[in-house]
Amino acid sequence: MAKYISKRILLAIVSLWIITLITFFAMNAIPGGPFNKEKATDPAVIQQLEARYNLDKPLGEQYRLYMKNLLHGDWGISTKSGRPIWNDMIEKFSVSAGLGLRAAVIAIIFGIILGAIAALNRNKLPDRLIIFFTTLGTAMPSFVLATLLLLVFCLKLGLFPVFSSENPNYTLPVIALAVYPMAYITRLTKTSMLDALNQDYIRTARAKGVSRTKVIFVHALRNALIPVITYVGPMVAYILTGSMVVENIFTIGGLGSTFVTSISTRDYPTIMAVTIFLAMLMVVANLLTDIVYKLVDPRIKLD
Amino acid sequence: MADSKYVLEVNDLHTSFFTDSGEVKAVNGINFKLEPGKTLGIVGESGSGKSVTAYSIMQILAQTGRITSGEVLYKGEDITKYSEKEMQKFRGSKCSIIFQDPMTSLNPVFTVGYQLEEAIMLHTNKNRAQARERAIELLKLVGVNDPEKRIHQYPHEHSGGMRQRDMIAMALACEPDILIADEPTTALDVTIQAQILELMQKLQKELGMAIIMVTHDLGVIASMCDEIMVMYGGRVCERGTADDIFYAPAHEYTKGLLRSIPRKENMNKKLVPIGGTPINLLNMPAGCAFCPRCDEAMKICLTEVPEEIRVGDTHLASCWMNVKEAFENSKEA
Amino acid sequence: MDNKEMKRSFLSAQVDVSKFNASNFEKATDDEKRQQDVMGESTTFFKDGMRRLRKNPLAMGSIVVLVAIILAILIAPHFVPYSYDEVITVNGQRDKTMTNLDFMCYSDKELAYMEETGEDLFPHIFGTDGLGRDYFIRVIYGTRVSLAVGVVAALMVVLIGIIYGSVAGYFGGKIDLVMMRIVDIIYSLPDMLIIILLSVVLKEVLAGKLAGTVFSRLGTNMISMFIVFGLLYWVSMARLIRGQILTIKNNEYVLAAKCIGTPNRKILTKHILPNCLSVIIITTALQIPSAIFTESYLSFLGLGVSIPLSSLGSLANDARAGMQSYPARLVIPAVIICLIVLALNLLGDGLRDAFDTKLD
Repeated sequence: MAKYISKRILLAIVSLWIITLITFFAMNAIPGGPFNKEKATDPAVIQQLEARYNLDKPLGEQYRLYMKNLLHGDWGISTKSGRPIWNDMIEKFSVSAGLGLRAAVIAIIFGIILGAIAALNRNKLPDRLIIFFTTLGTAMPSFVLATLLLLVFCLKLGLFPVFSSENPNYTLPVIALAVYPMAYITRLTKTSMLDALNQDYIRTARAKGVSRTKVIFVHALRNALIPVITYVGPMVAYILTGSMVVENIFTIGGLGSTFVTSISTRDYPTIMAVTIFLAMLMVVANLLTDIVYKLVDPRIKLD
Repeated sequence: MADSKYVLEVNDLHTSFFTDSGEVKAVNGINFKLEPGKTLGIVGESGSGKSVTAYSIMQILAQTGRITSGEVLYKGEDITKYSEKEMQKFRGSKCSIIFQDPMTSLNPVFTVGYQLEEAIMLHTNKNRAQARERAIELLKLVGVNDPEKRIHQYPHEHSGGMRQRDMIAMALACEPDILIADEPTTALDVTIQAQILELMQKLQKELGMAIIMVTHDLGVIASMCDEIMVMYGGRVCERGTADDIFYAPAHEYTKGLLRSIPRKENMNKKLVPIGGTPINLLNMPAGCAFCPRCDEAMKICLTEVPEEIRVGDTHLASCWMNVKEAFENSKEA
Repeated sequence: MDNKEMKRSFLSAQVDVSKFNASNFEKATDDEKRQQDVMGESTTFFKDGMRRLRKNPLAMGSIVVLVAIILAILIAPHFVPYSYDEVITVNGQRDKTMTNLDFMCYSDKELAYMEETGEDLFPHIFGTDGLGRDYFIRVIYGTRVSLAVGVVAALMVVLIGIIYGSVAGYFGGKIDLVMMRIVDIIYSLPDMLIIILLSVVLKEVLAGKLAGTVFSRLGTNMISMFIVFGLLYWVSMARLIRGQILTIKNNEYVLAAKCIGTPNRKILTKHILPNCLSVIIITTALQIPSAIFTESYLSFLGLGVSIPLSSLGSLANDARAGMQSYPARLVIPAVIICLIVLALNLLGDGLRDAFDTKLD
């Protein structure tokens, strides 16, 4: 087990390193470089940038210095605002994290419940309804869903206020963000639940005289939830990228909308920093998912 | 009625599975009676309905399966009329079952101890500590070494033979009147097979329960059954003692079956397999289920289902060949 | 012969011989026996699967929807006299009243023109957009682009995935170990972020360099999307194929082929790949929606197809600005995306159920 975990951590570190490489060199491939002087409005900023990033040095050396700063918590300076990126990023991220966590919790709870209901009523009306709506939910791009939610419930029906920092109502953004992972978890739970219900040990439990409810919620669900754990990593990735769209549409000032703005304003240091930061989160989420999965499933051979 | 001589009586049992392709008639009118402490063997090839018969008694059929008619009497009481609640009480305490594949029959995410204790606590008033004690006792009974340690392990940490012992221990948790063994040795090594069978016989003597032994292994059945029932196509072909079946088979299917296994009598002859393929339970033949594969099939076999006829004191068979014999005897006379 | 005697007496006691005559006990012919042996119709694996697929109304409905959409995007450009990037003119003159027309409406100038000449102009089925372009034909071309992107990306992923996965799975050992380590690393990279990043970069890098080539119409963003698909998305396909091959490789018929000296390449293409085919087809069907999604997502970020070309995603995104006044312009491409993705997903699921292959 220790061997597996250390191997997995090593892989995560390699991934992160590759991401910083790709990010740094891709950004430097842009004509004029990431710190294109024309785009920085303030000459003071240009000076600061040049000093900080040693633009006169060779590329490899620049990368080394960038990484060194990164590890010391210096994520660079936004060419747009001229302020250090790190503080802004953390502040914005706390908003995004609040949104994302709500969405994740809702997706997991409802996904598992709906999936179990669908599996137990296989080919009956509840199953068909749930599967129909979850399939529909996965068939709509998140920005279309978010826009439609905004249009119908906010602007036309006026059921929810338009999001503002004074009056933050997370209902619609959370729904927009949670629908896809919820639908995915529902389908995953249904499949693995059906699989578990067909296993011999379920027959054994029934033959012992275990009640139907207990067979389902103790013997089957426990096994069925193991595959669901594997989705947590990808879900974090989905929610992080999805929040870019949802935050932008609902004008929530989180990290996602910062990223989208920085793309349209070509704020390259911010793009770089946010990419690396989000990638870090995703890699760590995947790492934890894999480790938890191994810990939960006793069948996995311990080496 | 309640003081029936038999611990289990099955009358004209029909079980079907309702699949997308139609009704699969897996069991088509099975009758048998089982006395306490006796062993009934059910043999037949895959798809002959032997396991389905066992599951029908326990009512643990897959979702699509249903008993369509007939009755199952436990000490004279029809358990097919039981509610789900009553059935839960019946399973595990009055009648237990062990399955073919011990590798998959134990839940991988619970310890062996938990699964044993669950079975004990369901049907007794024992608390967890008492249940644990009983579980250890049971594991000792079935010959698991070091049960105090083994009980905390997960099924995958036990070997195949040990898992089958775990299963038997679980089945015996509440000392049932009937133990159904559904191919208990098929998935095990030959050396382990003998051990498990011996164990079952020993426990039967100690606890006095009746055993229904479902298997396709004629060797297993010959050694330990008081009565043997040969099944084909969801019907009983022939029943009798081991001697009846092995030395005076009275059904063409049984004869074919015996020709296909190596024995002392046919040591120097070529083994003859039964030609053709098992029947399609979706479309049962109008007459005898075996007739498409039977070398001796006659006109009447094609259209009429043979009735069960007594051919010896303890021996019954459903084959038109016996009627033909009677017909010829009467002509001779 | 004690037994025989006993049997004889048992039989005579039970059997009412008068019910039978000798013809009952004539031997049955093989033909008669065969008639009784009502086997399920002998079908091939493929036929059996198709039969199940035909019974699945959702899958069949999906096929109908997909065929209808494909026919529409193939045929419509031939009879709609407008082009997707054409600002509609009447008799060669710009028409200010042409913008934001409603369904099936004509502008004032068009009406006047038709009155004057008696000529019928082709109606604007979905109206026109803010620049006075026919929206119907834009949607048709948008669908073309989205579907093409989806199919091309899926084919790329499948091709790379199959080659990589089958090589790793078939040769095994050290080769497999190294190849799978690479897959592990790529798998752990956040693909969406890298697509965005590369799109941003390639937009700048490739700008101008593509002019005059076939790629210029697609735009740099699509190129970068394809590059990223080619670099990153094939890994799950490769993993899947490898897993399949590892299972199939251990089958006896592969061993048998090896024993008679069949060369590696032939075993791979003749014995192993055909057995993975259903998995490959199903995964491809499910890969297309994922590519369509990615494209629409990039369109939202302003990194989608280059103007004036449109995709369903970019149409929906453009329509967000005026969604209060012209919600139909958002709803139409949104519905088409949903239909395509839904149909492909349901078809994929249907195929999976019909051919009963295990996917994980």
